[in-house]
Amino acid sequence: MTGALLFGLAGAALVGCGVYGLLTASGALGRILGFNVLGGGVFLIFGAVARRGAAAGFSADPVPQALVITGIVVAFCATALAVALLVRLSTMEARAAPADAGEKET
Amino acid sequence: MSLLFDAVLCLLLLLGALGVVATGAARPAVIAFIGYGLLLGLAWVRLDAVDVALTEIAIGSGISGVVLLHCVRALPAPPRAPAAHPMLRPLAAAIAVAIAAALALAVLALPEPAPTRAADVAAALPATDLGNPVTGVLLVFRALDTLLEKVVLFLSLVGVWALSRDPACRGRPAPLSPEPAPAPSAFLARVLAPIGVLVGLYLLWAGADHPGGAFQSGAVLAAMGLLLVMGDQIRVPAAGNRSLRLLMLAGPFGFLAVGFAGWATAGVFLGYPPGAEKAVIIAVEVAITLSIAVTLALIVLGPPADEGRS
Repeated sequence: MTGALLFGLAGAALVGCGVYGLLTASGALGRILGFNVLGGGVFLIFGAVARRGAAAGFSADPVPQALVITGIVVAFCATALAVALLVRLSTMEARAAPADAGEKET
Repeated sequence: MSLLFDAVLCLLLLLGALGVVATGAARPAVIAFIGYGLLLGLAWVRLDAVDVALTEIAIGSGISGVVLLHCVRALPAPPRAPAAHPMLRPLAAAIAVAIAAALALAVLALPEPAPTRAADVAAALPATDLGNPVTGVLLVFRALDTLLEKVVLFLSLVGVWALSRDPACRGRPAPLSPEPAPAPSAFLARVLAPIGVLVGLYLLWAGADHPGGAFQSGAVLAAMGLLLVMGDQIRVPAAGNRSLRLLMLAGPFGFLAVGFAGWATAGVFLGYPPGAEKAVIIAVEVAITLSIAVTLALIVLGPPADEGRS
C-alpha cells in the first residue's frame, strides 16, 4: 500500500512541476511540454487510486486504468494538434517576416 | 527493497520533469520529456498497470516524442525572449508548490478502505468471455469512452489536415527528412519492421486475455510504418488515397455501427449480441487497431503538401 502512496505523492509533485513549466515557459512548445508533464502527474495520482482499489483478485482497479489509457490518448491528440498549429504559425511568420524587413528598408 | 526502488524511481521522475520544465532550449527539453515518459511507463509497471505502461511508452513517450522532435526541427531558433519580470519565477514556483502540496494532502486523505469497482468488473467479466479486465472495461463496460476517444483521434487528424494549404487534402505529406535515408536507417527499417509488425499483431491478439490491446497494437504498427517511411522503404502515401481514407474511417464508424446494431441485438446502444460477444469485440478491435495505426502515422507525418509541390 505504501508504494501506491509514494507514487500518489510523486504525481502531486509532478503536477507542481507541470504548473511551474506552464507559467514560466518562454515559448509555446515549452507550454505544450509543461501541459504534458502536468497530465502525467494527474494520471499517476489516478494510478495510485487504482492500485489502492485492488480487490476481487485484480492487483489494481481496472476502471481508473481504462480511464487513464483514454486520457493518455486524448492528451496525445491535443498535443499533436497544438504542435501542428504551432508549426503552421511559424511558417506563416517566416513568410511574413521578409516582407516586413523590406518595408522597413524603404 | 522494492520501496527503495520505488523511491528512487519517483526521484528520477521528478528530476526528469524538472529537466523538461527548467531547460531553456527546446531540443533538450523534448529529449528530457521522452525520458520522463519512459520513467512514467516504469512507474505504471510498479503500479501493476501494464496496459497503461504500454500505452504511456508507445503514445505518451514514443509517438509524442516523434511529433515534438519533428516540431523542434521545423521551428526556427526562438528569438531571444524579453527578460521576464524578476518576480515571475519565484511567484510561479510558489504557486506550483502550493498546488502540489494541496494535491499531496488530498492523496494522503484518500478514504480507507479505498472505493473500488474491481468487484463489479470481476462479476461482469465472465459474460464478455475476455480475460483482461482493462480490455473488458475499455470495450464493454465503458465502450462509450473508447468510441469517443476514437472520434477525438479522428478529429485531431482532421484538425492537422485542415492546416494544409490544399483544401481538398489530396497531396502527400512532406517527408520527415528531406535528405535520403542513411544506409543504417534503411537497414534498420528492413530488419526491424517485420518483427515490429509481428509484435503489434501479437499485442492485438493477446489483448483479450493479457496486457495489450487495440491502442498499444495500433501505436506499434504506426511506429513500424513511420520507420519504413524514414528508411525510404515505402513512399509517404497521398492523403487523397481512397483505401487509406477507408482504413481511417473503419474504426470509428465500424464501432458506431456496432453500437447502433446493439439496439437491435441486445436492446441497448453499444450492446453486443448475446452469444457472439467475443467475436464482435475482436472484429471491433481489429477495425479500430487499423484505424489507430493509420491515423497516428498520418498525424505524425503532418498536413498534406500543396498539389503543385507534391
